[in-house]
Amino acid sequence: MAKNRVSATVNGDAVEFLCETQQTLLDVLRDELRLTGTKEGCGTGDCGACSVTVDGRLMCSCLMLGVEAQGKSIKTIEGMANGEALHPLQRKFLEHAALQCGVCTPGMLIAARSLLERNPDPTEQEVRYGLAGNLCRCTGYHKIVEAVLDAAREMRGA
Amino acid sequence: MYFLITLLGSMEIGEKMSEMRYEAPKTLDAAVALLAGANGRARILAGGTDVVIQMRSGRIEPELLVDLKGIPEMMAIAAENGGFRFGAAVSGLDLIEHKALANAWPGVIDSVNLIGSLQVRARASVGGNLCNASPAADSVPALIAAGARVSIVGPKGKRDAPVEEIPTGPGKTSLAKGEIVVSFLLPKRPAHSGDAYLRFTPRTEMDIAVVGAGVNLTLDGGGICREARVCLGAVADRALLVPEAAAALIGSKVDAPALDRMAAAASAACRPIDDKRGTREFRIKVAGVMARRAAELALTRARGN
Ligand code: FES
Ligand code: FES
Repeated sequence: MAKNRVSATVNGDAVEFLCETQQTLLDVLRDELRLTGTKEGCGTGDCGACSVTVDGRLMCSCLMLGVEAQGKSIKTIEGMANGEALHPLQRKFLEHAALQCGVCTPGMLIAARSLLERNPDPTEQEVRYGLAGNLCRCTGYHKIVEAVLDAAREMRGA
Repeated sequence: MYFLITLLGSMEIGEKMSEMRYEAPKTLDAAVALLAGANGRARILAGGTDVVIQMRSGRIEPELLVDLKGIPEMMAIAAENGGFRFGAAVSGLDLIEHKALANAWPGVIDSVNLIGSLQVRARASVGGNLCNASPAADSVPALIAAGARVSIVGPKGKRDAPVEEIPTGPGKTSLAKGEIVVSFLLPKRPAHSGDAYLRFTPRTEMDIAVVGAGVNLTLDGGGICREARVCLGAVADRALLVPEAAAALIGSKVDAPALDRMAAAASAACRPIDDKRGTREFRIKVAGVMARRAAELALTRARGN
């Protein structure tokens, strides 16, 4: 008994799921909805690998319960490309080789998109602060920052 | 695009031993009643950035989780008597983005801005930061320096209290069973007032204060400090209001000798732990340095309005 019934929107589509109270949104995305693009790095809000947006706000899905998603609009990495066409950030991450193992990448991309929505023309420092909640153990960040700055340029049409 | 995913049929029966109930009441009365009926095995959920982790690690095993974010009083920000009242479950980001509040209380906002990452601030609330009762909580010294008060409801009705009376030790508060911190009241600012909160951390982001210092002061027309409050974080078992440090500023022009006396009083009040993040000696010294820098920033801000 006593699973919670939740209706939400994920990447624009209506979804319904049942979850236990202690299941995080990350658990629900991965294990119930089978959207495994969102990664678990730490499970404690420190690494940002689980980043998604909820009603337009960047959050750690490991810090939010699935049941709290009731009525909310969630966007994950699976909704970032437009069909076959990659989002400019995704393309620039590939061009700049801004990933190695790739575990941080979905969270980085979601966080970077959220940053560019708020600030389309960020300085390098603003990119570094904007992504401070996203840890990468592989790249040393430099290529990630370059990819984000390059994508920002392209998206501004500069 | 994606198809509709419906998993309502995939329920498994009897697989979990402990069921945790989730409730999202719409009124304070309903929340108080839920907590009163739960025999203490209930936890409050606001931003969840502490509670979810504690639940997942097994440190707490509540039978009932009461989500307060559906209650209007918990989520509102409004002007009140020339000051501001904000709900205890308001996210840090909503506070930061409230222009009028941020202008009036830049030190409080700086402290909220230091909590976790952007992702964390989108969820974490000041009420949670207070009630989680970490001695290193960033917003708590800033709020105490600001003279903020909390409004509380519980099974015995309403009361209010200064913020400094809530934390009593690591993870412990003076709240009675079933009591909820509903909102914070930041008082009206006299002219020539300024506040600041600074902390020492090895990293610039995503770190926990080794020492934090909040200072709030008011000058008269002649630049003499008439009111001051100094509060330190992470140097005792709870945030420490230091009246001796404030007394060193009051009546002065917040000049070098006054700042020296204030820093010495701040250091003298510390009773910190000694750990790998900062030795006792280091924390005591740095508390004075941080308090001085916070007072200088508060002074600049006070002169600017
Ligand atoms: S998995 Fe959520 S922050 Fe690391
Ligand atoms: S590419 Fe491996 S963690 Fe970032």
